[in-house]
Amino acid sequence: MYALRRWSVRHSRGLNTFYRGFESLLCALHPLFKRIGYTRLERPVAAVERTVKGALFDCRMCGQCVLSSTGMSCPMNCPKNLRNGPCGGVRADGCCEVRPEMKCVWAEAFAGSARIPGGVEALRQVQPAVDRRLQGRSSWLRVVRMRAGEPG
Amino acid sequence: MKFEDEPVPGYPLPILPGHTSPGRFERVLRAGQFAITSELAPPDSADPEEVYQRARMFDRYVDAINATDGSGANCHMSSLAVCALLTRVGYAPVMQISCRDRNRIAIQGDILGCAAMGVCNVLCLSGDGVQAGDHPQALPVFDLDSISLLSTARTLRDEHRFLSGRKISYAPRVLLGAAENPFAKPTEWRAQRLAKKVQAGAQFIQTQYCYDVPLLRAFLRQVEDLGLLGKVFILVGVGPLRSAKAAEWMRTHVPGLHIPDEIIKRLAGAQDAAREGRRICIDLIQEVHSLSGVSGIHLMAYKQEHMVPEIVESSGVLRGRIPWYPGRDPETNTSRTLS
Repeated sequence: MYALRRWSVRHSRGLNTFYRGFESLLCALHPLFKRIGYTRLERPVAAVERTVKGALFDCRMCGQCVLSSTGMSCPMNCPKNLRNGPCGGVRADGCCEVRPEMKCVWAEAFAGSARIPGGVEALRQVQPAVDRRLQGRSSWLRVVRMRAGEPG
Repeated sequence: MKFEDEPVPGYPLPILPGHTSPGRFERVLRAGQFAITSELAPPDSADPEEVYQRARMFDRYVDAINATDGSGANCHMSSLAVCALLTRVGYAPVMQISCRDRNRIAIQGDILGCAAMGVCNVLCLSGDGVQAGDHPQALPVFDLDSISLLSTARTLRDEHRFLSGRKISYAPRVLLGAAENPFAKPTEWRAQRLAKKVQAGAQFIQTQYCYDVPLLRAFLRQVEDLGLLGKVFILVGVGPLRSAKAAEWMRTHVPGLHIPDEIIKRLAGAQDAAREGRRICIDLIQEVHSLSGVSGIHLMAYKQEHMVPEIVESSGVLRGRIPWYPGRDPETNTSRTLS
């Protein structure tokens, strides 16, 4: 939801802190996840992730979340799927060239990042091309697997 | 400037030490000359002569010609084909690649192909949204973005491999460029975005139309603070406005285009608005020429391409230098055979 998405960017700092804690908690659960089996967990976890992140960020389930590097503004909401910054078409009122009723997600990302300690540095990272195979899959589980040194 | 090793049109120049491409555009930039690029609007036609006609208008005044890739999301002859035609007679094209219409498989193939045909400069763009053009029903691809496109092209060139890791036997030796719009929101972050483009491989940038020099100066200051001057050649976009009405239309309809009110007033107050538009353009070129950190201009004279020679001539920024064009050096040995 657009209004909630904008709220999330305004509260990027708190959300980022919460997210980090949540990530540690999930990572601690890796042995349990492994026992249950990641394949079996994929669908229910992805469903929860879709609901929660869908509400908070209008998440598009790209499966390779970069919210913590984009000030909690999901770049997949950019109609051009730009993951490395705004295009040159941002309107004078800061709105999107494709969808004039929407604030540019990258203008939001800069604002959100400025609120997060280290956020601006994170924004400077060059994001690689999206792996389209991960569309619809849980990014949370992927992060846990990768932190545990297993293939994403 | 004339190079001693000037080749037969269509042949690459030898690559000089520290250069990445066999192109004369890179040579002009690295020699510290004030470079001039212009934009060729690809025809809505399959006739090669229409491409040559448009290119000839720039003869003597332009170092490299940008071939646009479906600009404004309108369908025209492809940039790859325009570039192929231009290199046949020796012109130095800048092939624009937009991420809107092709995925990473097609784009990487095009980069290899353009280099094989003698294209030495590639401009990596995100591209306009399909809603802006004549086929709003089309699927917007955007598999890559301008920055991942830059790093993809650099991977091909410097690591001799595709994104997939598969080896390529002969790398495309191209100078990599990108666009930047110092005049669009969020202006305070535009230099940061340039830094990212440079990090991803951009060696030169061409900016959106500049009608606001104070904003450009602020951008250049930020660019300098980030330590980017000397790492990237900056060509400032300029172009003549035809009338106050046209300028008003452009600033409301072309996203990211910023034209200050004073410019519109100046046009509205003039007897001959088109002439005043060219005068403004010349003034801007001269002002931009005096700024440190600017390597040249990118002259976009949409539907006024025939005015490019007059504008460049009147600005005086070439200082007597004659950029290469077919027939400039009649004594060049044209009997050389393909090696």
